[in-house]
Amino acid sequence: MSPWQIVFLKEVRENLRDRRTMISTFVYGTLMGPVLFAGLISLVISVQLERAEKPLELPVVGAEHAPNLIAWLKGRGVQIEEAPADAEKAIRTRNEDVILRIPAEYATQWRAGRAATLELIVDRSQQKAEQAVGRAERLIAEYGGTTATQRLVVRGISPEVIQPVLIADVDQSTPQSRGGLLLSMLPYLLILTVFAGGSYLAVDATAGERERQSLEPLLINPVGRGQIMSGKLLATAAFALAALTLSLIAFALTFPFLPVEKLSIAIAMGPLQCAQMFLIVAPLALVGAGLLTSVAAFAKSFREAQTYITLLIILPAIPSMLMAVNPVKPADWMYGVPLISHQLLIEQTVRGETLVPWQLATSIGVTLLVGIIIAMIAARLYHREHLAISA
Amino acid sequence: MIEIENLKKTFGAVKAVDGVSLRAEDGQITGLLGPNGAGKTTTLRMLYTLMKPEAGHIRVDGIDITKDPDGVRRRLGVLPDARGLYKRLTARENIEYFGRLQGLDEARLKSRTDALIKSLDLSDIASRRTEGFSNGQRVKTAIARALVHDPRNVILDEPTNGLDVMATRTLREFMRGLRAEGRCVLFSSHIMQEVAALCDRIIVIAKGRVVAAGTADELRAQTGEPNLEDAFVKVIGSEEGLSL
Repeated sequence: MSPWQIVFLKEVRENLRDRRTMISTFVYGTLMGPVLFAGLISLVISVQLERAEKPLELPVVGAEHAPNLIAWLKGRGVQIEEAPADAEKAIRTRNEDVILRIPAEYATQWRAGRAATLELIVDRSQQKAEQAVGRAERLIAEYGGTTATQRLVVRGISPEVIQPVLIADVDQSTPQSRGGLLLSMLPYLLILTVFAGGSYLAVDATAGERERQSLEPLLINPVGRGQIMSGKLLATAAFALAALTLSLIAFALTFPFLPVEKLSIAIAMGPLQCAQMFLIVAPLALVGAGLLTSVAAFAKSFREAQTYITLLIILPAIPSMLMAVNPVKPADWMYGVPLISHQLLIEQTVRGETLVPWQLATSIGVTLLVGIIIAMIAARLYHREHLAISA
Repeated sequence: MIEIENLKKTFGAVKAVDGVSLRAEDGQITGLLGPNGAGKTTTLRMLYTLMKPEAGHIRVDGIDITKDPDGVRRRLGVLPDARGLYKRLTARENIEYFGRLQGLDEARLKSRTDALIKSLDLSDIASRRTEGFSNGQRVKTAIARALVHDPRNVILDEPTNGLDVMATRTLREFMRGLRAEGRCVLFSSHIMQEVAALCDRIIVIAKGRVVAAGTADELRAQTGEPNLEDAFVKVIGSEEGLSL
């Protein structure tokens, strides 16, 4: 057996006996992604469905001033309600999302053919109310538009006079691509799993070993430090891959139970897609293990290493977050940039698109190369004289 | 046999080791005595190749440590100042791990591990995880781990530190056993009585330098002090950092 194999087997054996590593890798690492994902998706779906399906409840002040408008709104399924005495206060205290006030002069203005003023009392800082406000605004605008058209027709003018431009919305998104939008966070969850899955072992095997005073005796053995580092790094990567595998299995098993069909979108996440995602993300385990081992070797103490690693785990989130907020058009070069390429390839997978072989191969190749370079940096850090000295 | 010539190491402005030369012969126990902070641990760390000397030469059985560090490591059994065990592995697994890294084949690994478990009286605890071991049990396991490859030269950095009387006695007996087997034993201590009781030769270190070396009789003669303790204090220049 090569020295790195001896170190690898010992680290695996020792960590399989460690409850904290096991919880960190296999409970936290594995379930965090699917649970977070299922929770968020369910929340988004239930909120959207609830708001879209419920009839709009619209409290109205001065309904008697505009019986036609009220009748029209009722005809559109709006539940007209008695408004509270102090409308402004009801909005400020968030008891109501939106209140319509019809001023007494409305009728006079209307009959004179002037623009009749309606007041919508709202709180624009209220995210919860956005849906109701938007619906109220659209309905009133539609009423206005209908009335305008009628008035023009009565005067023998074509309604097109006041509609010089017409927008025709031709939506090119497919059910899969709309689902992919919702799934843009999935790549981050998988990448996070790979980083987090090996983090405990990495800190324990280097910073922890030094803190427990066993690194110095270990390094006195007639074995190159690169070999010792490799064994530890590969054990970290193995735990990361185990977490990724279990996480993907959990994704595949829980996904059929998510109420995604209610959003009339299709997301591809069967066994094939999960296997594909494993192939895409697996090379990152080497990068993650290299970074974690480097940080653990660089840090002066166990706690310092843990602090750095908390920050390090946020790193892979940056491209995901940027691309979720500001989607970019995929360009060829992006497949040569780790993390960005993973984001793109996973999104393509869950949208049910066929992966382009050279794109996948480039992503895997570049990621492995970066992983090897980072592993060499970790090896350099292992050769520093004071690595083993804990005092 | 261990030969050190004019060894130097500085940390920033501090000359931790400033021209140390010494010899430790086979079949002898050589004691490195000095107060805390005298440079004992740093000297030993350079000897067992954990640190690089700034100047000087070290040879183990005639092999220069800079030319063949792995060859030197195979000839050394080291109980360093840091002696942490893997607490989720059993005592036997701890010993076997280092044996495999020393390149022992499985048959020899088993025979050496069994022999050390027997001679260090570890049989009762060999298959227990080392978490919760007493100080003495930990040190004995660490020594077995250090000697699993049957090295000719044994380096022990303050081996009796933190041990109770019984464990200290056992350890001293064990060191005498190593000498009887013809090994070269080099150990450091800041406890005068221990050095006086065990060592064939004593090397006294203070402030990174060797201030005296020889047998107990030679040291008494050199200083003109009939009492060995007074002799130590005289060559070191103060009682600070020493224990009786």
